[in-house]
Amino acid sequence: MPVWDDLVGQGPVVESLTAAARDADAFVTAVASGEAPSSATSKMTHAWLFTGPPGSGRATAARAFAAALQCVSPDRALGGVPGCGFCDGCHTTLVGTHADVEVVATDQLSIGVKDTRDLVRRSSLSPAGGRWQVIVLQDADRLTEGAGNVLLKAVEEPAPRTVWLLCAPSVEDVLPTIRSRCRLLTLRTPPVDAVADVLVRRDGIEPELAAVVARATQGHIDRARRLATDERARARRAAVLRLPLQLGDIGGCLKAAQTLVDSATEDAKQVAEEVDAKETEELRAALGAASGAGRRMPRGTAGVMKELADRQKRRSTRTQRDTLDLALTDLAGFYRDVLAVQLGTAAPVANAEVRDAIDRIAASGRPEQTLRRIEAILACREALDGNVAPLLAVEAMTMALRAG
Amino acid sequence: MAKKTATDDLLAPVTLAVGQEDLLLDRAVAEVVAAARAADADTDVRDLAPEALQPGTLAELVSPSLFAERKVIVVRNSQDLSADTIKDVKAYLGAPAEEITLVLLHAGGAKGKGLLDAARKAGAREVACPKMTKPADRLAFVREEFRTAGRSATPEACQSLVDAIGSDLRELASACSQLAADVDGTIDDAVVARYYTGRAEATGFEVADLAVTGRAVEALERLRWALAVGQPLPGITFALASGVRSIGKLATAPRGARPADLARELGMPPWKIDRVRQQMRGWSGDGVAAALRAVAEADAAVKGAAADPAYALEKAVVTIARAARSRG
Repeated sequence: MPVWDDLVGQGPVVESLTAAARDADAFVTAVASGEAPSSATSKMTHAWLFTGPPGSGRATAARAFAAALQCVSPDRALGGVPGCGFCDGCHTTLVGTHADVEVVATDQLSIGVKDTRDLVRRSSLSPAGGRWQVIVLQDADRLTEGAGNVLLKAVEEPAPRTVWLLCAPSVEDVLPTIRSRCRLLTLRTPPVDAVADVLVRRDGIEPELAAVVARATQGHIDRARRLATDERARARRAAVLRLPLQLGDIGGCLKAAQTLVDSATEDAKQVAEEVDAKETEELRAALGAASGAGRRMPRGTAGVMKELADRQKRRSTRTQRDTLDLALTDLAGFYRDVLAVQLGTAAPVANAEVRDAIDRIAASGRPEQTLRRIEAILACREALDGNVAPLLAVEAMTMALRAG
Repeated sequence: MAKKTATDDLLAPVTLAVGQEDLLLDRAVAEVVAAARAADADTDVRDLAPEALQPGTLAELVSPSLFAERKVIVVRNSQDLSADTIKDVKAYLGAPAEEITLVLLHAGGAKGKGLLDAARKAGAREVACPKMTKPADRLAFVREEFRTAGRSATPEACQSLVDAIGSDLRELASACSQLAADVDGTIDDAVVARYYTGRAEATGFEVADLAVTGRAVEALERLRWALAVGQPLPGITFALASGVRSIGKLATAPRGARPADLARELGMPPWKIDRVRQQMRGWSGDGVAAALRAVAEADAAVKGAAADPAYALEKAVVTIARAARSRG
């Protein structure tokens, strides 16, 4: 199975990536056999920026490209396309163990200058496998401004065999100076049918369920898969979609907001419980403390422990925000359906399972109101991004949803 | 009980001052020293930080001197003494030397509790020096200060003095003695206002309480004070939000429910329910909605979305006060 198979509905992007991988391979082969590589017409370059809406598979595309760059399949000599998906290079890249492919993702709110400096240092190493040193920066949109500036020089003129693959939702999410140093690839939202198809083919999900979740998530592959496989995600989504009917009075609005925020906090706590305790215990052990909580720590280790606690706290904030953001996206999808019904368009309803609620709300309001409600949801996402207290932001939103 | 009889005697062999209020601790020490000096003008006073008291130091200090002079040994922060020194002190507590007054200052709490218990058991005279956290305590303290100085002060004067100076006990005490020294006759509101004006402390919650009852002018004034004394801005928006939120919650709660049930359902303490009931007259549902949205905007503003967070807060306060009169 070629590495491109996971990319759903991205024909043009796959084409240009394949061409680049082919030229990159020709370059490596030429150098290895002592010939002078012809770089004049090469479609390969050292820095790429993958953009596209969430769920379009930016990270998947970057990883597939990385695999194609590392592909050592014997078929290449016979004119085969790099990226077979079976050879050592492809396989280890796809499972994340290739020595020359570094995937940078963060579970925190941002990527800071300190981490980035370290990354720049590592990026100048030569590839151990003799092909390419690939750095996949999955969350380029989370680079702080300072961190982005640290990257500039490395991205502009990396070591001869280093390739940067940056991923961000849109070009506006990275510094203009970084943008201008990369070749831009734009992925599109995959069609619903294609998503359903890949869910059935790759993840073995029942076709009916796959169709439902693909429609519900409107082309977001990862969310569709999560929804299809995770009972809890389905329950949470169902709870969110019940929200518009609970906004009858002020008390209902306040309660709905509280529930939404509480469930996000709960989610963050759950993640924290799973990971934090283990992480803390591991660090304690590494620092040489006796096992068991509350034992005395060796002298001079308090700072390190505090650093870990801070990091865990930031991660928890991020989890909470992500969960809330997801809920708000679902909610926006609901009002999108309401608007579609109100305007009598032919667009299929995404949230078919709550069709009666959609109809009820569509009948009780006008399209202008629905648009204002969608605006309110987007404003709430922006407010959360601006660090407004989550409960307050969501309350203001539910109030706006009630008023219409 | 030995402790009881020893309580009145300032020159008891061991005095224990427990608490974290520095002023009161210092006063406890000063009292003992003054009493000792009154008994013997040549009293030797040793004031020791915990590090200065090494194992053995105490034995050296309490050993009789050639001239049999009176000695006061003050040990500060005795909860931080090293374990070996504590052993020394405990041993001394069992057999205190004559002519020597030991004053142990202890923060209370769990740290060094063994020493505290041992001193109590040995019948030490105990002086409580707790931090004063309640406004009423501070008011009582000011009244007591004037009384000790032999001056009469009106309750309003005491209140405005506390308002103007805030929670630092040392500053309150010095203000009281200053007033007592400078002013003849009864100390009243006008006298306090001549020397001290303004407000040292204003919290977001005070602003919120005024705003949700519709008193825009007072709320704005209090807000200005809060900003002037450097209250963190997000704390103010939090207070405003919780004020409006509780009104929204209670307004739509079922009527006639028992306060205890309501408290549980709404997540508020029972005493607050009555207060919110008072505040909620004049509010309407749309008022709550408008007010909450204004507070959310202000919160975004204080977190960097606007150039002038103070203006945003003022706007929110005015919106809330207006919403508080939105019914009828």
